[in-house]
Amino acid sequence: MSASLKAKIADVFDEPGCEINQGKSDKDRKKGCTKQLAPGAAAGGCAFDGAKIALQPVADVAHLVHGPIACEGNSWDNRHSASSGPQIYRTGFTTDINELDVIYGGEKRLFKSIREILDKYNPPAVFVYQTCVTALVGDDIEAVCQRATAKFGKPIIPVNAPGFAGPKNLGNKLGAEALLDYVIGTVEPEFTTPYDINIIGEYNLVGELWQVKPLLDALGIRILSTICGDGRYNEIASAHRAKVNMMVCSKSMINIATKMEQRWGIPYFEGSFYGIGDMSDTLRQIAKLLVKQGAPDDLLLRTEQLIAVEEARAWQRIAHYKQRLTGKRVLLITGGVKSWSVVAALQEAGMEIVGTSIKKSTKEDKEKIKEIMGDDAHMIDNMTPREMYAMLRDARADIMLSGGRSQFVALKARMPWLDINQERYHPYGGYEGMVGLVHEIDRAIFNPVWQQVRIPAPWGDDGETLGAVSANGSA
Amino acid sequence: MASVIESKKACAVNPLKMSQPLGATLAFLGLDACMPVMHGSQGCTSFGLVLLVRHFKEAIPLQTTAMNEVTSILGGYDNLEAALINIRSRAAPKVIAICSTGLTETKGDDVEGYLVTARKRKPELADTEIIYVSTPDYVGGFEDGYQHAISAIVRTLVKPLPVNPQQVTLLPGSYLSPADIDELREIIEAFGLSVIVLPDISGSLDGHIPPDWRGTTLGGTTLEQIRTAGASAYTLGVGEQTREGAQTLLDIAGTPFEIFERLTGLEVNDRLLQKLAQISGQAVPAKYRRQRSQLLDAMLDSHFYTGGIKVAIAAEPDLLLAVGSVLVDMGAELHCCVSTTKSAAHALLPAQQVILGDLEDLELGAADCDLLITHSHGRQAAQRLNKPLLRIGFPVFDRIGNAHRRMVGYRGTMDLVFEVANLMLDHVEHHHPGDWPLSPEALQAAASVATLETV
Repeated sequence: MSASLKAKIADVFDEPGCEINQGKSDKDRKKGCTKQLAPGAAAGGCAFDGAKIALQPVADVAHLVHGPIACEGNSWDNRHSASSGPQIYRTGFTTDINELDVIYGGEKRLFKSIREILDKYNPPAVFVYQTCVTALVGDDIEAVCQRATAKFGKPIIPVNAPGFAGPKNLGNKLGAEALLDYVIGTVEPEFTTPYDINIIGEYNLVGELWQVKPLLDALGIRILSTICGDGRYNEIASAHRAKVNMMVCSKSMINIATKMEQRWGIPYFEGSFYGIGDMSDTLRQIAKLLVKQGAPDDLLLRTEQLIAVEEARAWQRIAHYKQRLTGKRVLLITGGVKSWSVVAALQEAGMEIVGTSIKKSTKEDKEKIKEIMGDDAHMIDNMTPREMYAMLRDARADIMLSGGRSQFVALKARMPWLDINQERYHPYGGYEGMVGLVHEIDRAIFNPVWQQVRIPAPWGDDGETLGAVSANGSA
Repeated sequence: MASVIESKKACAVNPLKMSQPLGATLAFLGLDACMPVMHGSQGCTSFGLVLLVRHFKEAIPLQTTAMNEVTSILGGYDNLEAALINIRSRAAPKVIAICSTGLTETKGDDVEGYLVTARKRKPELADTEIIYVSTPDYVGGFEDGYQHAISAIVRTLVKPLPVNPQQVTLLPGSYLSPADIDELREIIEAFGLSVIVLPDISGSLDGHIPPDWRGTTLGGTTLEQIRTAGASAYTLGVGEQTREGAQTLLDIAGTPFEIFERLTGLEVNDRLLQKLAQISGQAVPAKYRRQRSQLLDAMLDSHFYTGGIKVAIAAEPDLLLAVGSVLVDMGAELHCCVSTTKSAAHALLPAQQVILGDLEDLELGAADCDLLITHSHGRQAAQRLNKPLLRIGFPVFDRIGNAHRRMVGYRGTMDLVFEVANLMLDHVEHHHPGDWPLSPEALQAAASVATLETV
């Protein structure tokens, strides 16, 4: 690992918000707070994956992966943060290095690749991602990018987060560092308003941002840039002129918010678009901070009026489901901010949370869960698939909400499952999305298919009768 | 017939290719009670895992040695040993199958040596078979990894045995689905032969609901079966990629083999049935005579929609050959062929040339084609070009039921032929009254005499 990357990682971990860091001595703190992964018992993505996830939503730039085919060939076109315009971010670019590049180095190939991309696709910028093999053989992507920027007159941005540097979460932060080092503050916006904000750590999955944007538009609040859902290079480059930063996924790119506060004095807050109460709080926070930053204070009143109207409308639409869903039990296996923002949302629909994972949650996330769920917080640190399966098999939950990779745990136990992570098809943002989430849960739980699949074979060779289901197949 | 052109591009755009370790992993997933492991950083495994899950819609057992920056430099022995011990105690697989990645190959980890040491140091691993295959990411592709994995399985586990004349070994290519494997097994067994399928993803990835949760593969070729392969009278391989495995079986157990370059299409299946009749000394069952006749009828019914169409196709070599050849049999023209890696299969392809390239090459070559054929990543190009897309190979993540799609044997060929024909039917051009306008000259001429004179 290059000295610059080492320094960068140390810098990233110098994070006032990190609970693990706070408790350490100065010396230990320098070592960072990544957990060592257990070989043969680890799962999840690497730092490269994290950096790519964080930055890929910048829709108008070319994302070029410098490494062997595995890193891009096995992963591209996998998540969709929606774009309202450019599509080049969905094109997979990789140097696909060969044996000779491993031996002699791949820098020339990288430089040529950048030139080919600019010639053929002419994006406003190229992001170049480092990977394990090219880092190990010593390719200096920073130098190549610097040279390419000078030669071609377009920003070529190195993203130095090779897979072996650590887990996905570290990669998110290293991706954010690339923006801080090379992008943010390099372009001046055409004009500014007292209502300019940045939204950070929101990936516009299935267009969720657009469920929220109309609310901001109605209040006259302008999204100067989103980092990075539906992002544009030039908007992010001018993000330093915003009045307020909102952090959505508080763990992934907090370093952008803290450093923008240090450098340009932009205050930030952590909010969520999930859940009715959380959405309202978010609008209040934005309005409050904007007014504090000099916006006219009628904004506060207008915000309250909008909240009143929107909340009433959402409650009215949820009421229909609340009656059917009250008492239904949810097992929630997700990470970070969603482990509490979704808890609040589900409780609003009358559901009971029998467990929520806290594997990737911060201390603050855990505090929030306790606050919302009271003493009965069933926080699950690290549940194995076998335990999840047993829980569902025994019908101790009526539905599991999780990411795609654990869906089969529920499906094989013949229990309803709903995707709430990146591969899902339904947007759950804002007031609009909350109604949608409840609708989807209702649709999943009350699908007649569950009765069908739980009917035991008459000849009795497919295992014992399942969980709470009696022989006549009623749920 | 096709000449092979290697792309001169420095940058692969919209890659078609996937990595060797991923191909090797697919092979290992066809072993029963197995835990495949990628010796590399966590992401190598995570990316492959996501693709496998999205294609098969199944939980996939796959582990990583979770290499980090320090262990990458110092060497991965400790991680490998820890992985073996952790997997042994948590999932208790019968087989642990390891493939290397770009990272550990670049460093030069001597995994074979590591395994000897680990066996000595950790007697608790004595009841677990360990298979290793070297699969650097920066060499070859998916099919190469799969091919090397089969040889590694054979080399590690097969010993020569007295020949059982009624037993054959089937080596399926990596593009065969669980349903394809079931189809071939059924055909072989119809001749009264017993068959060992190596590897057999039909047991593990065919989408069924097991009575309990298991951390390893749910079925596939058992250790017992693999060892018994040493007694087979014959090896049948599907696709050039199985040649290395068949050769290894010949070297170790003396088993003669035949490689069928494809089993999609009429003639190749005729050849297979003849071969099976020879090996078993039995006549071709009536069932297959009838299926053959059905296939002929299906080809006749479908040819109206496939005849003369220009096709752009991008796939791994053996799959390209299988699907491309059938389309040519059906009157289509292979206008643009893209593949991932060098293979003897390309020489057999009825096309002018094969580009070893990416989906950008496909998209550029498809401009005046009527049909695009490739994996799900081709949907962006198909959308941009507004052309029908036939999804084949791996990954197909935006369709369900992939495990049950069949394209081998007479029936499978029939399924594929119908699928293509129906796809073309969906895109039959409908004409409108305004489709054949007169030329301005003609209109002018028809309009008035006075105008004509002024021209």
